[in-house]
Amino acid sequence: MPKQAKFHGGIHPPEAKVTGAFEIQTAPLLETYVVPLQQHIGAPCNVLVKKKDTVRRGQLIAEPGGFVSAGIHAPTSGTISAVTTCTGPAGASVPAVELTSDGDDTPDDTLTPMDDWQNSAPDDLKKRIADAGIVGMGGAAFPTHVKLSPPPAKPIDLLVINGVECEPCLTADHRLMLEDPDKVLTGTQIIARILGCKKVIIGIENNKPDAIELMQTKAEKLEMEVAPLKVRYPQGAEKQLIYAVSGRRVPTGGLPMDVGAVVQNVGTAAAVAEAVLDGKPLYERITTITGTPVVKPGNWRLRVGTPLEAALTLAKGVHNDPAKIIFGGPMMGLAVYSLDVPIIKSTSGILLLNSDETSEFTSGPCIGCGQCVDVCPMNIMPGTLSVQIENERFDLAEAWHAMDCIECGCCAYMCPTYRPLVHHLKRAKAEIVARRKAEQNK
Amino acid sequence: MAEETVKLPNPSSLVVSSSPHIHQPQNARRVMLTVVLALLPACVAGVYFFGWPALRVILVTSIACIAFEAFFCKLFKRPNAIGDFSALLTGILLGMNLSAATPWWVCVIGALLAIGLGKQLYGGLGYNIFNPALVGRVGLLIAFPKLMTTWVTPTPGNFLPDAVTTATPLDLASQGTINADYFNYFVGNMGGCIGETSAAALLLGGVVLVYFGYIRWQVPTAYITTLALITWGVHLANPATTPTPLFHILTGGLMIGAIFMATDMVTSPMTKLGAVVFGIGCGVVTCVIRVWGNYPEGVSFAILFMNALVPLINRYTATRPFGLATRNREANA
Repeated sequence: MPKQAKFHGGIHPPEAKVTGAFEIQTAPLLETYVVPLQQHIGAPCNVLVKKKDTVRRGQLIAEPGGFVSAGIHAPTSGTISAVTTCTGPAGASVPAVELTSDGDDTPDDTLTPMDDWQNSAPDDLKKRIADAGIVGMGGAAFPTHVKLSPPPAKPIDLLVINGVECEPCLTADHRLMLEDPDKVLTGTQIIARILGCKKVIIGIENNKPDAIELMQTKAEKLEMEVAPLKVRYPQGAEKQLIYAVSGRRVPTGGLPMDVGAVVQNVGTAAAVAEAVLDGKPLYERITTITGTPVVKPGNWRLRVGTPLEAALTLAKGVHNDPAKIIFGGPMMGLAVYSLDVPIIKSTSGILLLNSDETSEFTSGPCIGCGQCVDVCPMNIMPGTLSVQIENERFDLAEAWHAMDCIECGCCAYMCPTYRPLVHHLKRAKAEIVARRKAEQNK
Repeated sequence: MAEETVKLPNPSSLVVSSSPHIHQPQNARRVMLTVVLALLPACVAGVYFFGWPALRVILVTSIACIAFEAFFCKLFKRPNAIGDFSALLTGILLGMNLSAATPWWVCVIGALLAIGLGKQLYGGLGYNIFNPALVGRVGLLIAFPKLMTTWVTPTPGNFLPDAVTTATPLDLASQGTINADYFNYFVGNMGGCIGETSAAALLLGGVVLVYFGYIRWQVPTAYITTLALITWGVHLANPATTPTPLFHILTGGLMIGAIFMATDMVTSPMTKLGAVVFGIGCGVVTCVIRVWGNYPEGVSFAILFMNALVPLINRYTATRPFGLATRNREANA
């Protein structure tokens, strides 16, 4: 057993994983997809197609705009009907292309299967991951090839595969591990080969005993460890997960590679396997569609660019009008206001909440109870920070470690006066980053 | 197409806000109400020992506190805050910190001091520096020293007692008479404030609050331990003329102070370490007043004194972020 540790704080909200036993269904082809051209953290893409161009499934339609970037591929074959903009999950308008399907779903053959991956050079494998446009599929959407390119001064000796899925309601990773464990493990082997890393730990929370058992039997043969973890949110956060499975502490302001670790989501590992073994770029993903108002909750294999409206139609619509539609889970997901928002590479779930399930909006003053401090997995003081931020004292907020916040939402979940602590901290972080930039440019 | 039969959400009814989108089923109102319920055993004990006059005092302070809360909210053009039950809690705590013989108009003045001076002038719930109920009590103590130190003899089970004045065990001790009547002190059969006498009932309430996580157990534990250690040392040095640690713990306002007043969320530190520092400070100041001061009771002043230090304690006991200590790569496990 790997050395396990309990990270500070954390909460245990109702898991509400109602779709855990539902098999992944594949969505039928749509007539139209709206594919945003910025689906990752990093440089925006340069569009390669224009109106009336015909494309094939998997064809590169936007190339990476830099090293920290990931290309976008066509979700099906058809004609570009417009180069336009759309509302992204974050609420802002982003450049997008509208693709009208020809119904044939003809594949593109630019990327060929790398059958002999065991003997391929790590750099070739890394290039394949970049060419396939793979990003972190747990939600952050950071380009995967960048994470797999640590500087030589930071050797990696621990690969952590994240099958924790600590967000309530979501079951996409759970189903993936159950239905396609070999793909996940092959992807893991490929990533380990690229990193030159022998030690692999797969972290899974113990509310998924079936996934733990299955992965354990299969991982044993490949000399990988499965770490069953006691359910606690946010166990799937990178720094917390590394600490939980290995006891290593990522330094404040640092990255996992500073402690010789890399974390990859199980979905990312599966996408890596598909890119290498099948030459398939990342144009579809598994998404949980769930929530009380949803008529038929389930896990769906959706293509990138599927409009929310079409995704909800697959789930047979709603019983009643929800108060919120969230891209992601209830703790860290993004609330959207339009049914035109498309599914992107990092959309792990679509969650609908009724007004009685979602939090109140009137907030009170901080009463100093300290519950936010007790549950903060980064061990900072969200209550104190929120008062400083309300007073626009961003200098104080920086000194009180606002930049360490991982926006997990534990503090706001607990706050007895419903203070929007995450909102405050997001604002402070943006403000502090802007100030640091201004300082540099002086 | 089958879409005809599918009802889709109405986008115009969607709410957009920052994550998280769910919240635990708890709010400030429920916290306050639980504290009120946790105080009930001690209230019942007070009424049992001091009769209906005790109930009258608690009712007057509670109603007056709620009324002043509503009045000041209106005066300062703030939303009416009586619904959060914090004023009710202050009223009950204030009443429990008075003698059963307190005249009604003194109770009303106490409520005015507690809510007006102690809370609303600072900006209302969350902004006050000092525990409002203690501000009320200490204000009265300074304004009416004679009235506030007139205690009635407990009459267990007699709800219509003739008010016979008595002295508290701490009064007697400061005059040199130490009665080691621990059992009566534990259940509350002694002279004193309505709510402070029954250590048993207060402990019961404290256990409830610790169970729900509404108070930090570190505060009463550090407070009582510190007081016990110091008074033990004093007692060892001078066994004939000084009371034992147990005497100090069971008499006076120590129990209600340590469990219900020092643990007030607003006026106590935010971190666990801060709670320990705060509790130790309360214990030291209480001992200094009780042992070396010429005032027999020291809990109220000790807590108010430490309340003033809370911002400082918060600053020096701030938590260290995860990963702050480790700048270099740790050795492999």
